[in-house]
Amino acid sequence: MAIVQPGVRNQAISDASAKYGLYYAPDPSSQIACSIGGNVAENSGGVHSLKYGLTVNNVVGLQVLTIDGNFLELGGKGLDSPGYDLLALLSGSEGMLGVVTEITVRLLPKPPEKRVLLAAFHEIGAAADVVGNIIGQGLIPAGLEMMDRLAIEAAEEYVHAGYPRDAAAILLCELDGVEAEVESNVAFVLQLLEEGGAYDIRVASDPEEQARLWLGRKAAFPAMGRISPDYYCMDGTIPRARLSEVLERIQQFSRHYGLRVANVFHAGDGNLHPLILYDANQPGELERTEEMGGKILELCVAVGGTVTGEHGVGVEKLDQMCAQFSAAELDQFHRLKEAFDPESLMNPGKAIPTLSRCSEIGGMHVHGGKLPFPHLERF
Amino acid sequence: MRTDTDQKDRLVEAVAEAYAERLSLQIVGSGSKVFLTEPTTSDTQARLLSLTEHRGVTEYVPEELVVTARSGTTLKELEQQLARAGQMLPFEPPRFAGAGTLGGAVASGLSGPGRPWYGALRDAVLGVEMINGRGEFLRFGGQVMKNVAGYDVSRLQAGAFGALGVLLSVSIKTLPKPAVESTCIFELKADAALEKLRAWARLPLPITATCHVDNQLSVRLSGSEASVSWGVEHIEGDSVNGEAFWSQLRNHEHGFFNKEEEGILWRLSVPPDTPLTDEPTMIEWSGALRWVYSEKVLTDWAREQGGYALPFNGDYRTQSLLWSNDKLHKRIKRAFDPAEILNPFADVVVDAN
Repeated sequence: MAIVQPGVRNQAISDASAKYGLYYAPDPSSQIACSIGGNVAENSGGVHSLKYGLTVNNVVGLQVLTIDGNFLELGGKGLDSPGYDLLALLSGSEGMLGVVTEITVRLLPKPPEKRVLLAAFHEIGAAADVVGNIIGQGLIPAGLEMMDRLAIEAAEEYVHAGYPRDAAAILLCELDGVEAEVESNVAFVLQLLEEGGAYDIRVASDPEEQARLWLGRKAAFPAMGRISPDYYCMDGTIPRARLSEVLERIQQFSRHYGLRVANVFHAGDGNLHPLILYDANQPGELERTEEMGGKILELCVAVGGTVTGEHGVGVEKLDQMCAQFSAAELDQFHRLKEAFDPESLMNPGKAIPTLSRCSEIGGMHVHGGKLPFPHLERF
Repeated sequence: MRTDTDQKDRLVEAVAEAYAERLSLQIVGSGSKVFLTEPTTSDTQARLLSLTEHRGVTEYVPEELVVTARSGTTLKELEQQLARAGQMLPFEPPRFAGAGTLGGAVASGLSGPGRPWYGALRDAVLGVEMINGRGEFLRFGGQVMKNVAGYDVSRLQAGAFGALGVLLSVSIKTLPKPAVESTCIFELKADAALEKLRAWARLPLPITATCHVDNQLSVRLSGSEASVSWGVEHIEGDSVNGEAFWSQLRNHEHGFFNKEEEGILWRLSVPPDTPLTDEPTMIEWSGALRWVYSEKVLTDWAREQGGYALPFNGDYRTQSLLWSNDKLHKRIKRAFDPAEILNPFADVVVDAN
């Protein structure tokens, strides 16, 4: 394990532990810049969270400064702690409950071998089905990522990763472990990819080739900046089984609003990052983008998911919180906040909307996937 | 088999009524873990709120790696359903003779032998439906792995002993069962065993459980055939079928759990390098979990080591829950249960510090 201060960069932890053959598993795409304190505040994931868990599953201790000036020591060198699980509660709490001043993280031995597979599909639904199949067959890859046509094109233009440009979708699958295990898993995944209709499959075994395959994915966000003056990145999570259906609906929104959408996402855990491309210099385009983004998040809630998988609520998604939670639930959040910070001095106004805000926007709480008035068309 | 029933409305009504009357409720499932929480004060005023009839798996799609079940569902029944799809509960909760319920497992927060490798019970909790102390029906989290909308109230319920709400249903992350499982046995004294385990912790071995008892170290390796056979070769152990052993250990049916004549059985969650004592000890979690029989109260000693002690039998049980940060705990308790009607024993606990 390692004890770090909150401003330490995520990547720096793995760099510092490399000489012991260890690393810190959660690796958000921004890991060269993002700090571990921020990771705790957002409970960040990354491309390997499917197998290795989120920040909450990899932090074993926190020192937290409360609003009354006391330090809380949560967790530590043992595994279980007495009392309420404040360690879990503080993870992803967006700085609303306390200031995290020190973090103890769990380090893992580096897997000796890994392979990265790329598979191209003519249909996005076929790619989505293979994702469900791999996991349903009992294999949990270290990473399982998907990109759609627009995202592939943009990434290719930018970093020339060698992705097949004619694909409707590509899957990137990373398998790790000891050599014999990796080999048998590669064979197994190859079979599922072929049966699932992949028409172009590549297996990268040397680190350079692997890095190139990941490059397009990791550079997908900045790549959008080249094909559009502005983009708006969303962060909903949905049950994997609804993937095809949700992507289809997003395309419908895209046509309705006249805005292009590129999809880059953590397919393994159902965390979508639709990127809405727009031009802020065009009057009204930003407003249309935000409206469409809101619709996408409400759709995520309606199919049983959530408005934010790892980027957090902040102030931007306050309105969508009204769609995800009932008045009693929001009220419970406010009461919990009061237990830590009665005068609401920490990050005031963030993360949880007031009830009056929700009633002003006519917040619609979608319960159990049942929209009120389901016969009405919604875009 | 009893039929699945949804008792949500009845339960919400019962809590709302108790809140209106300021009447304490003692939330019970099968009663399998009463020994952990039995109130030391004679709170005869508390009304029993039984969840055993609120049972049944409500949603399970194996490819999603998530199962949602009502809290009165027995672990046995739940795990049988998962096993049919080749999956399991990663945190291996004690089943308590098959009677233990999902709600009780989550409320007590006890994880089994695989905890350091598969994660704790709380790691697998993705969402809950619950009733707070005001009789309000609430849903937090959901059925997806990644979710940071609002505070993580779901995981907060794990190990809260029902003091923050009546759990109605829980969504749990499941895992595929490993294709192969193998157990290696070593004849070793405890200190030598701990040394070996420390060295192995730095290697990518597929270890998923360890136990040292009676001068014997058992190591469970799980995963694909390739990785397990590599692991067995690497640690140079004699491979045996350990299925029965791990099941006994997990369910607290191993002989070590029945030595009442040795004193009080303590469950110590401590740093793995905590020194050994002369008392009868069983070690799990590569040193991070110690079961110790002692005539002494080990609470302070465990705290000095950087861990904590939970007495598992005898009259010390409620003292176990001398929770730290007591004022904050009390405020959190009141945020969910302003009239402090839920599980009065937990009130005793919070007051005790």
